[in-house]
Amino acid sequence: MAGSAQPRTMFEKIWANHIVVDRPDGYTLLYVDRHLIHDGSYFAFQRLKSRNIKLRRPDLSFGTPDHYMPTDTRRKEDITNPNSRRMVTSLAIHGAETGVTVFDIGDRRNGIVHVVGPEQGITLPGITLVCGDSHTSTHGAFGCLAFGIGSSEVTHVMATQCLWQKKPKTMRITVDGHLGKGITGKDVILAIIAKIGAAGGTGYVLEYAGSAIRGLSMEGRMTLCNMSIEGGGRAGMIAPDDATYQFVAGRPYAPKGAEWDAALARWQALPTEDGAVFDREVTLNGPDIAPMVTFGTSPEDAVAVDGVVPDPAAATDVVKREGLTRALQYMGLRPGTPIGDISVDRVFIGSCTNSRIEDIRAAAAIAKGRKAVVPSWIVPGSGIIKEQAEAEGLDRIFKDAGFEWREAGCSMCLGMNGEIGRPEERIASTSNRNFVGRQGKGVRTHLVSPAMAAAAAVTGRFTDVRRLLD
Amino acid sequence: MTQEQTSSRVPFTSVTAIAVPIAQANVDTDQIIPARFLSLPRDEMAPHLFRDLRYNDNGTPKPEFVLNRPEYAKAEIVVAGRNFACGSSREMAVTVLQDYGIKSVIAPSYGDIFFNNCFQNGVLPIMLPEARVNQLLRFLLELPGASITVDLPTQTVLGPDGQSDRFEIDSFRKDCMLRGVDEIAMTLGYEADIAAFEQRSITARI
Ligand code: SF4
Repeated sequence: MAGSAQPRTMFEKIWANHIVVDRPDGYTLLYVDRHLIHDGSYFAFQRLKSRNIKLRRPDLSFGTPDHYMPTDTRRKEDITNPNSRRMVTSLAIHGAETGVTVFDIGDRRNGIVHVVGPEQGITLPGITLVCGDSHTSTHGAFGCLAFGIGSSEVTHVMATQCLWQKKPKTMRITVDGHLGKGITGKDVILAIIAKIGAAGGTGYVLEYAGSAIRGLSMEGRMTLCNMSIEGGGRAGMIAPDDATYQFVAGRPYAPKGAEWDAALARWQALPTEDGAVFDREVTLNGPDIAPMVTFGTSPEDAVAVDGVVPDPAAATDVVKREGLTRALQYMGLRPGTPIGDISVDRVFIGSCTNSRIEDIRAAAAIAKGRKAVVPSWIVPGSGIIKEQAEAEGLDRIFKDAGFEWREAGCSMCLGMNGEIGRPEERIASTSNRNFVGRQGKGVRTHLVSPAMAAAAAVTGRFTDVRRLLD
Repeated sequence: MTQEQTSSRVPFTSVTAIAVPIAQANVDTDQIIPARFLSLPRDEMAPHLFRDLRYNDNGTPKPEFVLNRPEYAKAEIVVAGRNFACGSSREMAVTVLQDYGIKSVIAPSYGDIFFNNCFQNGVLPIMLPEARVNQLLRFLLELPGASITVDLPTQTVLGPDGQSDRFEIDSFRKDCMLRGVDEIAMTLGYEADIAAFEQRSITARI
């Protein structure tokens, strides 16, 4: 190919492989290899139907209801809100009408869309993948280009299997060195967002690189890429390696046999080449990263667990100062308060950020032999993860420790299914957004890793998980 | 559902209207339309724009919130702080603004997905330098009810102080906005290219 002497980033290679049409005005019609659909895609199906357009590639589209389904039941009839019930029940009906595969409620493969895609081997290196949900960035952990789109674009993909895109800029975030004991992908991404800001990645595709990133498991990488959007980046990606191939191999929708060998050869050519140029480079030192806790109402408001709530007066920028003042008021926190002195009312372990088996194991390691002193929920990301955790006896550990072990779904991440906190309730949550009212009106959300959330559950406040390990 | 039938693109040329200042950074989509209203039909969702900033628990308006001040009630333009509408992909963040009557938003930066969603619905998102946005915010707060003109053909924003600023927009987006192009119909015109791509691509197979 012309110009291939120039070293290319992984993003550039994947982009180039998916160009259907390049227009002189800078817009590209990009092909979508996989389209994930959830119960919130209801309106997009309706629009397609009202325009009498056929869904172009049902074989490349997969659905799973997750947002609106309560996690204390697997019966759709139990959904009391009629609008929510319609969203959940319609997905299987729309799937049957259009030929899209749906992992419906009651199917063990059902779960949060960003957990299900990788688990089923639908998410693969080198592909383009979209979904009408901002946390679609999760899938980039496999070395693919994955990003969230709005409902009009969902309809567009259903109709054409393509999207009009302008080539984004690229940013490489390098984290080198060993991560300390108890430090997870969640702490790394919170540290990154605290550094670049909640809008730092806007307009960029992020590539995470460096030895600390390569040392993460696939679960940790998914957590990292998941929250790219909280740093403003629509997509985050990590080069595929042996950990990736091991995770993907044998999954139901992954290539098999000779196709696997061919795919592997293609995937091995994906990583960014030496000398490739990014529009922006950011570096962090892995060993410096401590367990992180957010204190405000933007994911950038994160500090180490041994830190204190910062003083807004110290912010040089007026907008930042006013924002922080408002945030602390909402959070009911005073500047200078040690994070370790903040007590919590409730704990939520789940969401597409942290509901995978490794997350549940990390929480169980802390819960084991201890007692939760505040109401604490564990919501696995899929039916399969729930089964696996049960096979490992983790549900027993949680139940013995007084945690509530629930069915799969989005649950308290945004409470669309009615699972929300009370005003002024302070929640240690493994989800991704600490926005005002995200987990219910007036609820105060602190984002942490699963181990930190479990530590908060058994101590009633933010406790440095490193002190509870072994 | 009426929601989706009416949401095809409306052509956009020029608007002169009252502008409402939302003088905060990082106003997220959960603020614009809280998740608990997202399963409502579009016409029932509209009144919940900025629900928790705008109303008390008992449903009475908070007098201090800008949209509750009579001078701004007829606003068709929003001026906001940086990273406006960051957060989720919910397109309702655009449609509730649109249903309130908002035709254009001016901010230093946006959540990427919201920015795209605006174009999908014929709402024009404009980026101006932060210093200028802050100036506009101050003017609008000091002179409630002041107007701004947004003119797409000339790519200019005329502030209440008489200063005119040029904004950038891709020719593709501009053309689609001016003509009210339906993107799906346009893309279906590339059917031959899409089919050819599917023939040669390996990853487009399952
Ligand atoms: S878990 Fe939360 S962030 Fe993830 S898809 Fe569900 S609602 Fe969205």
